[in-house]
Amino acid sequence: METLIQQVAVGLASGGIYACLALALVMIYQATHHVNFAQGEMAMFSTFVAWTLIQAGLGYWAAFFITVIGSFIASAAIEFAIIRPLHKAPELSVVAVFIGLLVIFHSVAGWVFGTELREFPSPFSKDAWFGGSLMSPHQVGTIFVALCIVAALFAFFRHTTLGLTMRAAAQNPGSSRLLGIRVGRMLMLGWGLAGAIGAVAGMMVAPVVFLDPGMMTGVLIYAFAGALIGGIDNPVGAIVGGFLVGVLENLLGTYVVGTDLKLTVALVLIVGVLIVRPAGLLGRRTVQRV
Amino acid sequence: MTRLLEVRNLHASYGATEVLHGIDLDVEEGQVVTLLGANGAGKTTTLRALCHFQVKNAGSITYRGERIEGKSTEDIAAMGIGHVPDGRGTFQSMSVEENLRLGCHARKDRIAVATDLDRMYDYFPRLKERRAQQAGTLSGGEQQMLAIARALMGNPTLLLLDEPSFGLAPLVVKDIFAIMRRIREEQKVSILLVEQNARIALQLADTAYLLETGRIVKHGPSEAMRNDDAVRRAYLGE
Repeated sequence: METLIQQVAVGLASGGIYACLALALVMIYQATHHVNFAQGEMAMFSTFVAWTLIQAGLGYWAAFFITVIGSFIASAAIEFAIIRPLHKAPELSVVAVFIGLLVIFHSVAGWVFGTELREFPSPFSKDAWFGGSLMSPHQVGTIFVALCIVAALFAFFRHTTLGLTMRAAAQNPGSSRLLGIRVGRMLMLGWGLAGAIGAVAGMMVAPVVFLDPGMMTGVLIYAFAGALIGGIDNPVGAIVGGFLVGVLENLLGTYVVGTDLKLTVALVLIVGVLIVRPAGLLGRRTVQRV
Repeated sequence: MTRLLEVRNLHASYGATEVLHGIDLDVEEGQVVTLLGANGAGKTTTLRALCHFQVKNAGSITYRGERIEGKSTEDIAAMGIGHVPDGRGTFQSMSVEENLRLGCHARKDRIAVATDLDRMYDYFPRLKERRAQQAGTLSGGEQQMLAIARALMGNPTLLLLDEPSFGLAPLVVKDIFAIMRRIREEQKVSILLVEQNARIALQLADTAYLLETGRIVKHGPSEAMRNDDAVRRAYLGE
């Protein structure tokens, strides 16, 4: 029984990371109806930047915030320079560009930073007051960080005018433009936010899986499964789905399929959701009267 | 009276298909002008052309003495042209109040915004009852009211109204036009109204233009248009 609870707790910690990355995927999906396959590699690259800053002698939190802001700017710039010119391109071209970005980030990271495994520090020290026998301080901290991001985003999108206009631009670009909302700028902001959230997810997962160019590949698949389970167009669903995938992955890995087949669980979930319930558990079905 | 909008030799096309073949149209300050015509005459296209929305145009458009060709849809909206598009364009999964707040996203005068919001609820009490409801769950008439109120929240100088009567029951149409009459008396807003329902449009408007297959074939004061034989036969069914 105790191992069960422990496995659930561990699952929640990785679930927090999946939830963050899933949220980043959903944000871009809502606005553009594209899944950014490069999201994970962009997060990995951000984490390498943070690692470099820490190596250069910066404190953890200074490196953390510089990385988040830098990722925001870089991600917005990618939207502006690469994605925006494609807004009338066919679906498949955009997918190809996303995969191209994935490969580019992966290779450039290997080229610049090397491919060996590196240790990445956790900001939550081993003897912090809040860890316990059940969960390590880093796991508690990860869940806490994930919940903070969720709360901050929720407040932003619900209660600020900028958040409201971003939602409007994603939902109905035509009407938004007639109201004077700069849709292109909103998209760029959305990309920036997604990049910043991804960076946080990367920095939270790196202490657990070690830092290397391939560290986010699996995480992205879990996150994608989380987003799909929750409903790819629903931010709340992405969070719930992310946590759910984290727990399921751990429980099934421990008791049923073994560690080697953990990633298969995520892939089975993806295929299962697409077959049985494509809208996801919380997928939005807008009520519409005609 | 000063001239608010002056359109000269306006051509508009979707891709290679030209829909407007050079129209002239004026809106004076404080006026309600209606653009009448059958389905496919180019009424909606005219409004879109004024906002550079989804169409390509040629010709000149002068708004408050300033040429607006080459400006983006967003810039034109920011200059005070409120557009209530065909199909209403409400944000379906957002609440009524969020829709209204989007109408005034660029305004910084918070106190005036609050007053305006109350005024909208006063014009359209139905919206007040449903302020927290998803816009997609509203009836067609309520959505039309929401679209008009949302545009007015932006404090426009010129309001472009695209077939507010479309698909609505006659009683609802009567309601909406009664409110429009009140709005034109109380707000300093000029209106360019596109309608298929000529009878009700001529009751509200000062001037009317008749559009046929992309050309203005007749224009004049509403009174004269109402008594014009051709208009009566073709558009009033008399």
